[in-house]
Amino acid sequence: MEKFTTLNSRAIPLQIENVDTDQIIPARFLKATDKKGFGDNVFRDWRYKKDGSVNTAFALNNDNYSGTILVAGDNFGCGSSREHAAWALTGYGFKVVVSSFFADIFKGNALNNGLLPVQVSEGFLKQLLNTIENKPETEIIVNLELQTISVADTNLSEAFEIDAYKKTCMINGYDDIDYLLSKKTEIEAFENAHS
Amino acid sequence: MSKKTLFDKVWDAHVVDTIENGPQVLYIDKHLIHEVTSPQAFNELEDRGIPVFRPEQIVATADHNTPTQNQDQPIKDELSRKQLEQLSINCEKNNITLYQLGHKYNGIVHVMAPELGFTQPGMTMVCGDSHTSTHGAFGTIAFGIGTSQVAQVFASQCLLLTKPKSLRVSVNGKLKAGVLPKDVILYIISKLGTNSGTGYFCEYAGNVFEEMSMEGRMTVCNMSIEMGARGGMIAPDQTTFDYVEGREFAPKGNDFDKKVAYWKTLPTDEGATFDQEYFLDAADIEPMITYGTNPGMGIKITENIPTEDNASFKKSLEYMNFKAGESLINKPINFVFIGSCTNSRIEDFRVAANYIKGKQKADNVTAWLVPGSKQVEAQIIEEGLKDVFDAAGFELRQPGCSACLAMNDDKIPQGEYCVSTSNRNFEGRQGQGSRTILASPLVAAATAIAGKIIDVTQEAEELELV
Repeated sequence: MEKFTTLNSRAIPLQIENVDTDQIIPARFLKATDKKGFGDNVFRDWRYKKDGSVNTAFALNNDNYSGTILVAGDNFGCGSSREHAAWALTGYGFKVVVSSFFADIFKGNALNNGLLPVQVSEGFLKQLLNTIENKPETEIIVNLELQTISVADTNLSEAFEIDAYKKTCMINGYDDIDYLLSKKTEIEAFENAHS
Repeated sequence: MSKKTLFDKVWDAHVVDTIENGPQVLYIDKHLIHEVTSPQAFNELEDRGIPVFRPEQIVATADHNTPTQNQDQPIKDELSRKQLEQLSINCEKNNITLYQLGHKYNGIVHVMAPELGFTQPGMTMVCGDSHTSTHGAFGTIAFGIGTSQVAQVFASQCLLLTKPKSLRVSVNGKLKAGVLPKDVILYIISKLGTNSGTGYFCEYAGNVFEEMSMEGRMTVCNMSIEMGARGGMIAPDQTTFDYVEGREFAPKGNDFDKKVAYWKTLPTDEGATFDQEYFLDAADIEPMITYGTNPGMGIKITENIPTEDNASFKKSLEYMNFKAGESLINKPINFVFIGSCTNSRIEDFRVAANYIKGKQKADNVTAWLVPGSKQVEAQIIEEGLKDVFDAAGFELRQPGCSACLAMNDDKIPQGEYCVSTSNRNFEGRQGQGSRTILASPLVAAATAIAGKIIDVTQEAEELELV
């Protein structure tokens, strides 16, 4: 897993609530047996119109916006447990997703793929979305060490929470398998006690 | 001793270790896998040279990406065929039991595991599928996981987890005629919202659940994830024990009796406290339908669509081509789907057949009935329900997830409405541009007969339909 410490980037605003994982990556694209190529189909049915042409009204297709931070409405990532949603977002190039609320499974999947979910207050999210829409070149600074997200050249800033263990994993690029394998003795002792 | 909830008791019995100020190492008793969310986990282990730790605690089935017709023939779609072949190769290589397409135990993972007795009270169970919450109907801690976690369980039979908060939803009173378990859960989600359960594990309590069959309890727990809860549980009782007893992989004889004695200690202690509690009255529930693009957007079938002034709500209605304030009664419907891990058990088909018997499907309707497993399919034939469906013009297909997520060819065409017994009405869930209306098997059957949405409440009273 890639290490994550700080990120300075422009951001793409997605003013939609309850973005479910079926929108992030529709089921018809889940037939692969590896993790490659999902980025091509991220938000497929919002990025393209019914006739296959590009939907220029969608934020990801708007030339004004760019960057590796996605800022989305409340309850992001609800629905299916498909980790393909995290692979699609990282495959497209995102490193951070900001929302006022994340679904549990998506949040875990993101963290397991080096994609940082940053949960902010509803008020901060609104300010952030407005700032980006009014001034798309705005730089956002995410500092995992300090657990802060701020807008460059302003005093707009907020602290965010993250599980201390997961923070260590993100900063060092560790994953849970390494840790669990180090617990084999305890796991076998548990099995013997319960068999 | 402190008072414990059902969830506390099962969780605490599975904690292997606790990281200071961090998550706990939770032991997983049973790991269910399928073709879509497992291949990358097998790759991960292979790349890192890690063996599968406890293959005998894993059960595999093919369900998400399988055709529901001509299952004895080679699968036409190349990518789907390859994904299923990969599952076979991975299971064979790692000594994992696989119920491949066509096997008598094959079926939707959340239908076949309980009916084979793999699912038992007091267990911890996971699967790379969010509807793993279904198994909570047995008083089991069961929840969906991502593929990285599938790999973790392969490697260690454990997961690193922070204990979720506790939530209890109590529903007491007498349900009206025509109100099914699906209506109960759709009602709960419509009242509490789609993220009310996020961060929580939910227990369902009250006489409504106590009086429900195991099939009904599974329908309720199945949709826990639709209110954001990782899982839902119902205390095991005699109904649970009777269901489990005698099943293929359930404990037998003396072992079974010992287990039952333990299972009886699991229900929440009187006086145990929850982080959040809700109380609902059974008498307020009526047959439900959804009108929007998330499962929380549900109304009683006789109600009008509410009016809300926010962009996401408007976007949702625009997608569905519905107007705020309108009634859905008499809306013409061309597609009906009875199936999915929510409602594809024998009881669901009995309800549908009971209503359909002696009636004819409307000409405009395509009605797909997709059993949850080979065993349910066999039972449908054995009980004579297939004859009822055939005579009424319904199409009984072979088991699988089918049009619930439309990974296979069972897709609802662009712009069409489908009254569906599945669990999600997200945009395009049942095919690009499709519009899903979630409902119970009774409402779905009635829609197929009428060719439009009708109020089933009056008829249900006359027919004394449960």
